[in-house]
Amino acid sequence: MRKISDFKTLEKRCAELKPRLVLRMPGADAAAGRREILVCGGTGCQSSHSLDLLEKLQKEIKAAGLDSAVQARITGCFGFCEKGPIVKVFPDDVFYVEVGLKDTTEIVESHLKKNITVERLLCRDPRDNKPIASHHEMPFYKKQMRVALSNCGLINPEEIEDCIAADGYQALTACLEKRTPADVVKEVKLAGLRGRGGGGFPTGVKWEVAAAQPGPVKYVVCNADEGDPGAFMDRSILEGDPHSVIEGMAIAAYAIGASRGFVYIRAEYPLAIRRLQLAVDQAHAAGLLGRKILGSGFSFDLELKFGAGAFVCGEETALLRSIEGGRGEPTSKPPFPAQSGLWGKPTIINNVETLANVPQILRRGGAWFSSFGSEKSKGTKVFALAGKINNVGLVEVPMGITLGEIIFEIGEGIKNGKKFKAVQTGGPSGGCIPAGDLDVKIDYDNLIAMGSMMGSGGMIVMDEDNCMVDIAKFYLDFTMEESCGKCTPCRIGNKRIHEILTAITEGRGTMEDLEKLENLASVIKDTALCGLGQTAPNPVLSTLKHFRDEYVAHIVDKRCPAGVCTNLLDFYITEKCIGCGLCKRGCPVSCISGEKKELHVIDNARCIKCGTCMSKCPTKAIVRR
Amino acid sequence: MVAEQCRCESEEFKELDAYIAQFRDKKSSLIKVLYEAQRLFGFLSEKAMLFIADRLDVPAAKIFGVVSFYSYFTTTPKGRHQIKCCMGTACFVRGSEKIIAAFEEKLKIKRGETTTDLEYSLDSLRCVGACGLAPVVLVNDQVFGKLEAPDVDTILANNKG
Repeated sequence: MRKISDFKTLEKRCAELKPRLVLRMPGADAAAGRREILVCGGTGCQSSHSLDLLEKLQKEIKAAGLDSAVQARITGCFGFCEKGPIVKVFPDDVFYVEVGLKDTTEIVESHLKKNITVERLLCRDPRDNKPIASHHEMPFYKKQMRVALSNCGLINPEEIEDCIAADGYQALTACLEKRTPADVVKEVKLAGLRGRGGGGFPTGVKWEVAAAQPGPVKYVVCNADEGDPGAFMDRSILEGDPHSVIEGMAIAAYAIGASRGFVYIRAEYPLAIRRLQLAVDQAHAAGLLGRKILGSGFSFDLELKFGAGAFVCGEETALLRSIEGGRGEPTSKPPFPAQSGLWGKPTIINNVETLANVPQILRRGGAWFSSFGSEKSKGTKVFALAGKINNVGLVEVPMGITLGEIIFEIGEGIKNGKKFKAVQTGGPSGGCIPAGDLDVKIDYDNLIAMGSMMGSGGMIVMDEDNCMVDIAKFYLDFTMEESCGKCTPCRIGNKRIHEILTAITEGRGTMEDLEKLENLASVIKDTALCGLGQTAPNPVLSTLKHFRDEYVAHIVDKRCPAGVCTNLLDFYITEKCIGCGLCKRGCPVSCISGEKKELHVIDNARCIKCGTCMSKCPTKAIVRR
Repeated sequence: MVAEQCRCESEEFKELDAYIAQFRDKKSSLIKVLYEAQRLFGFLSEKAMLFIADRLDVPAAKIFGVVSFYSYFTTTPKGRHQIKCCMGTACFVRGSEKIIAAFEEKLKIKRGETTTDLEYSLDSLRCVGACGLAPVVLVNDQVFGKLEAPDVDTILANNKG
């Protein structure tokens, strides 16, 4: 794109580019058979070959002679990852799911040529199994409200023209033209925006502290080191709407008086890195980044820094050490980064989702943003629904919605009709919330009161087949491995917790162990250096509180109620046995006996529970109880 | 010793040298340089680390410290087919443990190891963010999703030789 030299030109360019999005706006009419087809190009759908799908679709549209009226392009994540690849047809508002390469011909022949929707590719209503004709009628989307994700699934993230047509960089322009930095900080404070990465610290307050620091050199850092396993909202925003984050960072830089910024991004996100770098280059070429942006006195430059697979680098002080090129070990606070951060200079660190909200707040006003959400948590939050739930995906909902609404209405309940057991929020720093608390309204403070936390917004749903002691052990396994080792409580304390949990899952636990766990956990919480260590015992404490009976069953009855902990289970051969002898031959300790074509028997006293027999059995006659 | 190492004139070292030359602030670009070195060589040998120490004017001990801190970096060669099983929570609750165990059994190596013929290496990794496809496995950055233990055979058969 040609360089945009001043505010007026940007406005003009936006008006010129608007027609690009006309078909994608609500209420657009399908005059003259003009259509646009957007194919999801997020990591999830790309893994299911959505790019091949797009290529095939484009070829077939051309072959059918429709290429003057119909365009097919990629877009960012629609959020409905469970049912990918996703194809949306504008302006019909038709949302096709699980589209395969074999389905493109029918879309072209039926939908594009004859205006007949391909019913078998529509999403179905779980209650009556009827196909849902319109995107906005789908239960997955009905309760959602998209602010940070508003452009994901609407624009092509690889073309800055789409972003500008969707009013991109208008908020930055308005700040540079009409507002003082103090005024910008005031608006963000008014919005009540709190950090979306975990802690929930008020963004405006952070900016205010940094803005008040003396000295000409300050930095803005975007924390895109999305480390919580099972959370992928930041990745989707960077892949689907990278310019919103760049614009948010530029606004933050203007507000605090910085002229350089860094995005610290995980190496595990190659697509997000590529799209963000492309967006930075395009913004540079268009004069929206760099020296004297749009002819104003404000300059801002942005550089990508890669994380190298250390979870602790999501902690802000560790992240700064990593950007400086060292080991990502946290330092104690105070001094806070807003006072002394990168290379000792005042630095603000904001999460991807937080920054993506900023342009919207400046464009539509702080009062607008604070008009939804709960009393102390304003706006919307993106959650990543995953685990044993029917609709895995990204959802953006107003704060204050209940967990039950998210899991049972948007998520449409538990997979395979199983019973809900718990939902884990906040990643390895959070806790497990039981069925009894599903009607609690979600906000930062309520989640903490329930022994969990918001974290970055991961929600892992668990059913009756998940053992809660095993889950607690899984998280401790994670934090133990990711602990940087700098402070003793985290390095040694979490290792001890992990050992006790291992003993319990192997049937070696005692009731005193539960007391030890609680003691150890509270000491670690009080004394660890950084957020990783301080919150590491949360999964143990919350499962101990809500699922104590499962711990007791492991210790006293030597039994795993969910049937997960192998050491506490015995293998049995059921009536289905055909007497083939495969298990007998495979058994490493020869504890299976039985004649050919007769029911075999396992001697549980000698069984080492390796599971070989179970994997060998052709008729699935071997069970664990 | 360092001077002797730097006499290495292989193409990869020349390329790495050119990559390093583009940075003005050399010290803070260490992690990016290590990335590039690992991309070029496949792993970070002692020779490569000493070369970087010399070129960035950073003590070798600091380089070793950084390399050993981050799980992305490896100081041993990896197999031609790098199999990485996601062990993030979403994959874990949908049975990723069984998938990685199946790979261990088939390849006769443990996670973190490489087969002696340098064909396959097996690692676990923390969440690629494709949770809708859980459990997932990456083979040389190609994603395979919604796996069950028998799929392991198919993946190995398709990534042979």
